[in-house]
Amino acid sequence: MFETIIEMFSYPFMVRAFTVGSLVALCSALLGVSLVLKRYSMIGDGLSHVGFGALAVAAAANVAPLAVAIPVVILAAVLLLRIRGNSRIKGDAAIALISTSSLAVGVMVISMTTGMNTDVYNYMFGSILAMSEEDVRLSVVLAALVLILFVFFYNKIFAITFDETFAQATGVKADLYNTLIAVLTAVTIVLGMRMMGALLISSLIIFPALTSMRVCRTFKSVVINSAVIAVVCLVIGISVSYVWATPAGASVVMANIAALLIYTLIGLLRNCGAGR
Amino acid sequence: MALIKCENVSIGYEGQTVVKDLNFTIEHGDYLCIVGENGSGKSTLVKSLLGLKSVERGKIIYGDGLKQTQIGYLPQQTDVQKDFPASVGEVVLSGRLNSRGMRPFYTGADRKEAAEKMEMLGIQDLAKQCFRDLSGGQKQRVLLARALCATKSMLLLDEPVTGLDPIVTAEFYQLIRRINRESKIAVVMVSHDIESAVEDASHILHLQESMLFFGTAEDYRRSSVGRKFLGGGADV
Repeated sequence: MFETIIEMFSYPFMVRAFTVGSLVALCSALLGVSLVLKRYSMIGDGLSHVGFGALAVAAAANVAPLAVAIPVVILAAVLLLRIRGNSRIKGDAAIALISTSSLAVGVMVISMTTGMNTDVYNYMFGSILAMSEEDVRLSVVLAALVLILFVFFYNKIFAITFDETFAQATGVKADLYNTLIAVLTAVTIVLGMRMMGALLISSLIIFPALTSMRVCRTFKSVVINSAVIAVVCLVIGISVSYVWATPAGASVVMANIAALLIYTLIGLLRNCGAGR
Repeated sequence: MALIKCENVSIGYEGQTVVKDLNFTIEHGDYLCIVGENGSGKSTLVKSLLGLKSVERGKIIYGDGLKQTQIGYLPQQTDVQKDFPASVGEVVLSGRLNSRGMRPFYTGADRKEAAEKMEMLGIQDLAKQCFRDLSGGQKQRVLLARALCATKSMLLLDEPVTGLDPIVTAEFYQLIRRINRESKIAVVMVSHDIESAVEDASHILHLQESMLFFGTAEDYRRSSVGRKFLGGGADV
């Protein structure tokens, strides 16, 4: 087993996958706590589909994928938040509308240019080989930003997540923080989706928060637990993917499902214990 | 100088005026009840007092050392809070946020303040409990403690007894009376419960698109508006 680990880390692409993966998982777990509790879970899913469309267009136009995808997805994130704010079209319908539209645009563009090939498959379901040196640098910067946000503005984020109206009434600029969270989520999703896959990346946002909520009873413990669970599940998932040659994204999601089941069980057992 | 003075205030949404020509003052230590039917502009007025909604015309002036962000607000509970994993301590402490400004962390003084407010409301034993596991009445006390952490001079309560049973409701009103008298904190309460309102409040503001009545609770009982709304029952 020890040899397998050494062998695994001897490949530069694996080191990159672990680095970017862990950092992206950490970011999405932290952002995910706030998003899940505020009932914004589906935004992650919507944004990943927008990301897919943007990547497809970028590939067809032969420009750097991230240079197109990041601004487009940020724009979509801000737009989705606005739609939630003044709801002529309800939030969930708006997200479905935007995500299926971008998926359709992406598929159309691909079929008209390169045709459906392995690239498309990789965008959809992710590839462990997808991470470049540039992605590593970008993910380090992103993780630093998200960590700074969570350390220095933790109390404000708690207040906004728990009760936005009260937070606003006491002078917290909730819109600013909401936009900040949406923008960081957008970047996280674009970075992670080529490894995790457009269809699976939103799991990184939703699973860790839901898992830790089964057991944890304070906001702080939910945040810390989510971060730890996310990184552990990602490392397990990627290792499984390497050893048994399974798709990276799906393996990480399987690890997250296992964690959710374990935590649910612990939560149930604890409730029984408390009931007695 | 009054804590809050409203001068010819009109508020509306997208050009549709909801409530207009409001003129009233809230003084230090007052207990003002805002009453009126659904859609009479009560919630809209609350939003404007908190600075969440700008006024169309007129002015809201804050005085006597009260800043707009230092009103202790007790909002109606939201869906999000039903399964929110947070300890009572965390929730109460978040009321101290407005005195933090840009400084990111709470200090010992903030924690002490939060502990004092919890003791004042008799919920110090719940500090480590999870907010979602509490009963309706306990939740309101927690949110009240948070509101008290955010203010020195004024509480603003938006239909605080909705969904509480009669005994808990009576206890809650008693608590508010005590805070009002002992801590000299002005109370502004939006209420459906007109009878309790008239009993407890020092002043009444009756809204119906415009201001039907503003004055002391005594005068309200005797006024034609008050008599009609109270159904004559309170005269006896």
